[in-house]
Amino acid sequence: MISEIVVDLSRLQFAATALYHFLFVPLTLGLSWMLFIMESVYVMTGKEVYRDMVRFWGKLFGINFAMGVTTGITMEFQFGTNWAYYSHYVGDVFGTPLAIEGLMAFFLESTFVGLFFFGWDRLSKVQHLLVTFLVALGSNLSALWILIANGWMQNPVGAEFNLDTMRMELSSFADLIFNPVAQVKFVHTVSAGYVTGALFVLGISSWYLLKGRDLPFARRSFAVAAGFGLASVLSVIVLGDESGYTTGEAQEMKLAAIEAEWETEEPPAAFTLVGFPDQEAQVTRMAVKVPWVLGLIATRSLDEPVKGIKELVEENWLRIRSGMIAWQLLQRIRAGDRSPETMAAFDQHAENLGYGLLLKRYVEDPSLATAEDVDRAALDTVPHVATLFWSFRAMVGSGFLMLFIFAMAFWYCARREFNHRWLLRLALYGMPLAWLACEFGWIVAEMGRQPWTIAGVLPTHLSASSRSTGELWFSLGGFLFFYTGLLVVELYLMFKYARLGPSALHTGRYHFERATGGGLAVQPAQRME
Amino acid sequence: MLLDYETLKIIWWCFMAVLLIGFALTDGFDLGMGMLLPFVARSDEERRVAINAVGPTWDGNQVWLITAGGALFAAWPLVYAASFSGFYVAMLLVLFALFFRPVGFEYRNKLEDPRWRTFWDWGLFAGGFVPALVFGVAFGNLLQGVPFHFDPDMRSYYEGSFFALLNPFGLLAGVVSVALLAMHGAIYLQLRTGGAVYERCRIAATWAALLYLVAFALAGLWVSFGIEGYRVTGMPDPGTSFGPLAKSVTRASGAWLDIYRTHPWAMAAPAAGFLGALLTILFSRFDRPGAAFLTSAAAVTGTLLTAGLSMFPFVMPSSSHPSHSLTLWDAVSSHRTLELMFFATVLFLPLIVLYTSWVYRVMWGRIDTQVVQENRHNLY
Repeated sequence: MISEIVVDLSRLQFAATALYHFLFVPLTLGLSWMLFIMESVYVMTGKEVYRDMVRFWGKLFGINFAMGVTTGITMEFQFGTNWAYYSHYVGDVFGTPLAIEGLMAFFLESTFVGLFFFGWDRLSKVQHLLVTFLVALGSNLSALWILIANGWMQNPVGAEFNLDTMRMELSSFADLIFNPVAQVKFVHTVSAGYVTGALFVLGISSWYLLKGRDLPFARRSFAVAAGFGLASVLSVIVLGDESGYTTGEAQEMKLAAIEAEWETEEPPAAFTLVGFPDQEAQVTRMAVKVPWVLGLIATRSLDEPVKGIKELVEENWLRIRSGMIAWQLLQRIRAGDRSPETMAAFDQHAENLGYGLLLKRYVEDPSLATAEDVDRAALDTVPHVATLFWSFRAMVGSGFLMLFIFAMAFWYCARREFNHRWLLRLALYGMPLAWLACEFGWIVAEMGRQPWTIAGVLPTHLSASSRSTGELWFSLGGFLFFYTGLLVVELYLMFKYARLGPSALHTGRYHFERATGGGLAVQPAQRME
Repeated sequence: MLLDYETLKIIWWCFMAVLLIGFALTDGFDLGMGMLLPFVARSDEERRVAINAVGPTWDGNQVWLITAGGALFAAWPLVYAASFSGFYVAMLLVLFALFFRPVGFEYRNKLEDPRWRTFWDWGLFAGGFVPALVFGVAFGNLLQGVPFHFDPDMRSYYEGSFFALLNPFGLLAGVVSVALLAMHGAIYLQLRTGGAVYERCRIAATWAALLYLVAFALAGLWVSFGIEGYRVTGMPDPGTSFGPLAKSVTRASGAWLDIYRTHPWAMAAPAAGFLGALLTILFSRFDRPGAAFLTSAAAVTGTLLTAGLSMFPFVMPSSSHPSHSLTLWDAVSSHRTLELMFFATVLFLPLIVLYTSWVYRVMWGRIDTQVVQENRHNLY
């Protein structure tokens, strides 16, 4: 058994580095399409301001993109360094989308991003537009493949256990890529990225409008962001991935935990607006409920029940019992007994092998687990309810606030009114909402998957590498040091260049360049390139 | 399935070689540029010359490494798991050093302060030097075998420590790698720059190539007479699915030379290393960087293939439990996954080479301080 502390530190490290990586990814996903939209307008109309928009927002895109690349390498390394048993156990299935992601998406995105920045004078207008398109396409394809991989962790379809190699192996590639959980996840996540990109441009443009600087540039940026953002935020909300929670075993538990629904209610279930979930007592205190809504959201029907946590725990208890038998039979098979009876008996219990492995947290040999161990393992299948409950509400709350901002922005944009200072301020100070929503969404998705790395197949505590706590502290300390330093640098540059605005392009047409009256001359304080 | 399992296992050894060589050939000169940056370029403008010689393409080149990691995960999951977790501290050092590259390239010119720029110059140096060194040291340790074993559930346990990796042969392999990529980087800079940077790279290329030749020859002698290799003495039918615990392995002095006895053509690999580096010196000194780049590429390819072929069919031998060693036969994914990934690679790799070549063609041209002055707002 590997020590709990190593597992906890490995989890902390993965969660921290993934959440950190996810500060930069959504902006890349959204901003890349917005650059493509702006550049399309430039190619069609030939108006220089749109070219300036692509170049300026592209500069900010570059500052963010560099961090995305930096923190992305970590993710590719970390499955191997910290989750070695996981890598062995599911590499056959999980590694495939990751490798295809590299071949199909990363190469595309990273090869053309250099041309996006440096190819302006060497490419025709249409060629450069194509390059921008390929960067956006590459980013979004990488999201597709990583979410296929992640979707498989939530709902592991198209794979089976191989007795000879002691691991999960791919049985259907089609099932893997058409996994409904992965599909819903992809649409939801990239849309969230588009919202992030849109709010970024909307917020910063609002600041220029508030300051009365570079108005034509700011208005056009604001308009593109308002339109793109409204469409995206509607997509996120309408295609929210709650509908995906009805498929997949651990997904049901996740849904019940998000809603803090302890008991299975008579359909259609009520939606708990707010309340204080108590994991020990298995009740939600001071709950404010809205009748019918949960049943409608989760099942899209009035008569299908949404299973409660207690019922799911009871089901899992039975599966753990079955998993103990599967484990016992597996040992017999590995010792050489491949008689038809043993194999048939194993086949009967094989689907619950992962539940048997949950007991490994308490006993080396799951078949020797006591009734108490089984009870504890069954309760372990409930993720931390309060975290999910509140993270989900923070995500949805941020989403609706952003819907309001984009709807207002779009409305006033259509009326050519850019002078509503309350809205401009709201868009500016509301910018963190996009990142909050993304991070909370990620917490819901991944904390809700616990105690599994692969739902129903492989428990988290078995997945970690057998490293020492000292090494874990070294790596955690390293990440803390480098990531904090890099974030400070990134934010400093981002604020500096956002404040400078299109003057950073040195075209001689914008605010700080004209302020000196000398055309190309730039004040020393603002001089940078 | 179209291809039988045994053939696919061999093909995947070749693909892993292609991906790693692709990484060393392309990102190799980017790493080399980083290592040389503080020395071949002195003023800020000279450094921008060197940086912008790789500026538009380094990111795509780095994807060879990322994709090799992903392919390792998909095709050889046990190798990915055992090596990345086994070399834990070393891999994290590589990772931390690589952090300096994306931000180093992108952020360096964003502020004018010379201290800021010097900081990132040394960041780019670390981002080139540390990975080159650690990858070399890792290969040096693979050749000696590393101490790890599996329990019956196939959980891997690494019994060594980070400092045990820094043994004399491991460090020598590190020198081979650093010198090789420094040479490759210097030649690429000769190809893409002019002026003082070009002149200094010419000197650097010669010294790096000489250092490489000495270190590579020493390593060869050491492998021949000093290090015990590994031999598979029995294993199940290679066309079937089995784990690494199902075979038997012995250690023997000179076993790493087996392939050169049974397949003499394999000698081409070390020969390419030696000849490539010698010719590189010659072409570099006679100001023929184009030809020098080809010979330098041959040396890079030859060196990697020498390491890979010597160990064939081993990928990660275990010194403490030789029969637990990972080979291309038993550390691989299932038949279905290997075939699927085979088609994905055959489909995408030529496309990647095609569009990468186009990007190079568009961005081609010699960069000197004048170009940097004229484009000071648009370049890195």
